[in-house]
Amino acid sequence: MSKQTKQRKAVSLISGGLDSMLATKVIQEQGIHVEGINFFTGFCVEGHTHAIRAKDTKKEKRNNALWVAEQLGIKLHIIEVVEEYKDVVLNPKHGYGTNLNPCLDCKIFMVNKAAAWAWMEENDFDFIITGEVIGQRPKSQRKATMPMIARESGADDRLLRPLCAKNLPPTLPEREGWVDREQLFAFHGRNRKPQITLAEKFGFDDFSQPAGGCCFLTDKYYSKKLKDLWQSRGERAYELDDIMLLKVGRHLRPAPNFKLIISREEGENHYLTGYQHEYINLGTLSHGGPVALIDGSPTREDLELAARIVARFSQGREAESVIVALRHPGSENIEELSVTPIPGSEIPESWYV
Amino acid sequence: MSEHQLDARRLLCPMPVIRTQDKIKDLEDGDTLIVICTDPGTLSDIPAWCRIHGHTVIDTRQKEREQTFTIEVHK
Repeated sequence: MSKQTKQRKAVSLISGGLDSMLATKVIQEQGIHVEGINFFTGFCVEGHTHAIRAKDTKKEKRNNALWVAEQLGIKLHIIEVVEEYKDVVLNPKHGYGTNLNPCLDCKIFMVNKAAAWAWMEENDFDFIITGEVIGQRPKSQRKATMPMIARESGADDRLLRPLCAKNLPPTLPEREGWVDREQLFAFHGRNRKPQITLAEKFGFDDFSQPAGGCCFLTDKYYSKKLKDLWQSRGERAYELDDIMLLKVGRHLRPAPNFKLIISREEGENHYLTGYQHEYINLGTLSHGGPVALIDGSPTREDLELAARIVARFSQGREAESVIVALRHPGSENIEELSVTPIPGSEIPESWYV
Repeated sequence: MSEHQLDARRLLCPMPVIRTQDKIKDLEDGDTLIVICTDPGTLSDIPAWCRIHGHTVIDTRQKEREQTFTIEVHK
C-alpha cells in the first residue's frame, strides 16, 4: 500500500469526559481510524460510587468511557494498571497537586503505557491522541508540561493534542500530512465555551464534565482518608481493597490502632457485607442499622466502644440498649454485645477521617 | 463452539468488563460466555462493551442482586 493511501490509525486516551471525546471526533473527521484506550487505576471515579450507593438508583449507572466510545463508534480497550500505578501514587517524580493527585506523572504514565503497548505496534497504529488543553489543569496541562509529557512518556512527536495543537509545534502526524493542522484547534485556558461550542457542532448534547476530573485522588476528603491509612499503618502502601473501601461509608478513627467503616445506606451495607470474611465486623440485631468493618487491631475495650458507635448510627440510637453482633473473620461465632448507643456529643469531630 | 463461564461477582465496574474482555480474547468465533455479576453497573457496561466490540448479548437475567449475561462471541 502506498504512503498516500495507507489507512492511518490513532489510539485515543478516553477518560469518559468531554475533551477526549472531542479530540477523538476531530481526528475521526479527518478519516483516521481511531480506537480508544482507558486505564483502570483503582482510583477511577467511573461507576464505582454509583454502583455502591443505592441512593443513586435513579441515576443511570454507566461507565462514561464506554458510553463515549459507543457514541463515537470506536472500540475501547480497558486496561487494568492497579499494581503498576502504585509507583505513580507513592513516588510521583513531579509531586502532587492540591491533594494526593499526581496528575503530571499520571499523564506521563498513561501516554507511556499507550506508546509502549505492544498491541499498538502489532496492529500498526501510528500515533496517540489526548484531549489535553493548555491551561486547562493547573498541574498537568500547562504549556511547560506538554513537551515534558511527550518526552518523558517516550511518545515524543507521535503525541497529538487536537484541541490545542495549534498552540504547539507540529507533531509527526501533522508534518507527514496524515492530519491537516489547519483543521485542529488552539483552545487554551479553563474557559469551557470552545469545547461546548464544538460539542454542539458535533451534535453531542449529553456528556460528562466531572468537576474534579475522573480520579478520587483529586478529592480532598478521599486524600485525607488515604493519608490516614498510610499514617495508621506506618508505611505508604496500599492494596486495591484498601483504596476501594476509602470510597465507601463513614470512616471514624477513635484511636490510632483501629478505624471503623460504617455503611450509610443499603447499597453500602451490601458492599461492606462482601468484606466480612476479611475484617472484624459489627451489625445491629435488635434494631435496623448499618454494617461496620474494623480496620486495625482493636482491644476488647475498643470493640465495646465500636459497638456503641455502631449503635449510635442504627435505628436504636435513642434506645437504652442495642444488641450488636460482633464477628471475627474466619469464625462462624457471633458474639452479642448489649450496649448503650454513644451520644453524638461524645463523638469528637476529630474521629471523622 | 463451546460454552464458558466467568464469575465476576463482587467485582465493581470496570473490573467485570475487563475480565470479560480478557476472557473473550481467548475464545473462538461462535463461542458462548456466561458472565455472572453483582455490580448493577454491569447492566449498562457489559452490553455497551459487547456492542462496540461486535459481540451479542443473547440473554440477560436478574435474580435478586445477581445479573447473568450470556454473550455470543463474534470474531
